Amino acid sequence: MRSILAIAAAALIGLVAPTVRADTELTFYYPIAVGGPLTKVIDGLAAEFEKQNPGVKVHPIYAGNYDDARIKALAALKAGQPAQLSVLFSIDLYELLEQDVIVPWDEVASTADDKAWLQSFYPALMANGTYKGRVYGIPFQRSTIVLYWNKDAFKEAGLDPERPPANWDEMRTMARKLVKKDANGNVARWGVEVPSTGYAYWMFQAFARENGQDLMNRDGNKTNYDNPDVVAALQYWRDLGARDKVMPEGTVEWGTLRQAFTEGKTAMMWHTTGNLTAVKDTAKFPFGVAMLPASKQRGSPTGGGNFYLFKKTTPEERKAALAFVKFMTTPERAAEWSIATGYVGTRPDAYETPKLKEYAASFPQAVVARDQFKYATPELSTFQTGRVRKLLDDAIQASLTGQKSPADALKAAQAEADRLLKPYR
Amino acid sequence: MKHVQGWLLLLPAAVLLVAFTHYPAAATLYDSFFSTGTAVRPSRFVGLANYGALGDDPVFWQVLRNNAVFALATIPTSMALAMTMAAWVNGKLPARALVRLSYFTPTVLPMIAVANLWLFFYSPQIGLLDKVTGAFGAPSHNWLGDPHTVMACLAVMTVWKEAGFFMIFYLAALQSLPPELGEAARIEGASRWYFFRRVTFPLLMPTTLFVLVNATLNSFKLVDHLFILTKGGPDNASNLLLYYIYQVAFSFFDTAYAATLTVVLLALLAGLAIVQFQLVERRVHYR
Repeated sequence: MRSILAIAAAALIGLVAPTVRADTELTFYYPIAVGGPLTKVIDGLAAEFEKQNPGVKVHPIYAGNYDDARIKALAALKAGQPAQLSVLFSIDLYELLEQDVIVPWDEVASTADDKAWLQSFYPALMANGTYKGRVYGIPFQRSTIVLYWNKDAFKEAGLDPERPPANWDEMRTMARKLVKKDANGNVARWGVEVPSTGYAYWMFQAFARENGQDLMNRDGNKTNYDNPDVVAALQYWRDLGARDKVMPEGTVEWGTLRQAFTEGKTAMMWHTTGNLTAVKDTAKFPFGVAMLPASKQRGSPTGGGNFYLFKKTTPEERKAALAFVKFMTTPERAAEWSIATGYVGTRPDAYETPKLKEYAASFPQAVVARDQFKYATPELSTFQTGRVRKLLDDAIQASLTGQKSPADALKAAQAEADRLLKPYR
Repeated sequence: MKHVQGWLLLLPAAVLLVAFTHYPAAATLYDSFFSTGTAVRPSRFVGLANYGALGDDPVFWQVLRNNAVFALATIPTSMALAMTMAAWVNGKLPARALVRLSYFTPTVLPMIAVANLWLFFYSPQIGLLDKVTGAFGAPSHNWLGDPHTVMACLAVMTVWKEAGFFMIFYLAALQSLPPELGEAARIEGASRWYFFRRVTFPLLMPTTLFVLVNATLNSFKLVDHLFILTKGGPDNASNLLLYYIYQVAFSFFDTAYAATLTVVLLALLAGLAIVQFQLVERRVHYR
């Protein structure tokens, strides 16, 4: 009898022991198409982290774009599959809070060293990840909007090729000079183009911020769409096409604008810093990158993805996740990541690293985004964020295409947003 | 006992149908009577409230109108074109296989690839369309950015993509027509147009019904191009019902409302199919 017990005990120990010795496993959702060049970078970083931290295994799961990654991570959580950590859209914060699936990083980052780390990022990038004073999102791949200008076109139009427009009036008058017409009187080159499909709300946030307004409050339960300054900002955008004739009337396609710029069909464009490397590789003319022009002030929204920590995690997993995210966001890695992708360096000391200093010396356009952070505003994100954002997108497109006046369109959008957000106040 | 064997033979297909078609449809209907739940606010029974919201949703009515316009613009054109192309490539002409293949090529391409191609056709100034109209001195037009032209642009692309597919069915049908009919008509001295109108066209009716049902379904089901070309914009001018369902479900996370919209789509498609079968069947001569 005793021997049987001993065997049973031994068997039990045998069964239990491996789980005791087992590694802490981190399943990490990352929004990128499988097989892209960046998956190799991430795989490499994960392997390096495992080498430095024996006992922790990192499994990156590549999951298409931000929407796909969120859907897959949430589905995995619902099905009880392991998911500890994910890079998701910074503006998904309220949705994740409402689903009650994330925990704040400051709950895990308890030592003085950890707390200093939480303070090491650009405050502008932390805004989208913070709710009621708690930090839920650690900035990782972040972008912002800048103005690209064609120096040859400036020269041709008799403008100083080294001086981009500093304010709205200048952008309008410069753009007028930059418009080029062919023999038939048709436009061969536009003065400036701002994309208005797909991410219209993001571009518009820049206009609104420059005119002194943010489009939502920090609790994510109130929008500011019908403020007179916001309406004036949309009017300015609309006028560039409809009245001043320096931009095509109607909506401007996000996807083809970069090519229009590199083929010289527009002398200036507003676009994401994420396009910087691609423009650098394809433009056959010297081009400059500048901060967006000011009205009452300068301004540009941030965008991109943050690290989130999921709620269904053991204390060991949380500790390992913190170590991994700290590893991924060191100044050196932030610098390398910025050079490889065109995303901005997420912390000031990244720009002090020799690598990024050297890169910036040879390609000064790369640091414009950083300088603009002083004026940055968080990307539009509220509760019910998809609907509230689409209301604004539709209002912008309705005014740009002349279906509605900016005031009417924004007023209707605000009324509908109020209805959606009332339960959250 | 014989019955058991029959049912067993049916079982594999029935299981798949129930698991992936009938159960999801029933579950969708069930979900449409509940509110969307979150961790903070659990889902609860709301009766017909979601259907009430549908009535008050201007975007819903707009996408429904858009879908009707899209269907009316694409179905008759692509069918007529398909029939014409089939009649042509059925005759004797040089390099017939090549011509057939070239008509069929758009069908082979994935819709996403097609949309990416046409995005550059339509883009102002750098696009092919603008280059062509520009050669005749016309000013550049913002084809996809103008709510008045965006639907037509999508319709043209869809006809281009679909017509070759339907042509294959017509071509198969034409080749199965007995050649005696044509010989007899020639002896009787019937004109080619008379022969087509009174003999070929009626004999093609079963194919026409099949193609019509498919084209109708496709006009509601095909939305891949919207992801690339317009995302439903500007201001929902090119938004279609299925794309709107996608937005509601995966961008707004309102699964209950998305279920409600899906029920409407299902009812609409079922209704259309029944009407088509009943109306057209009377005029179809099966041999």
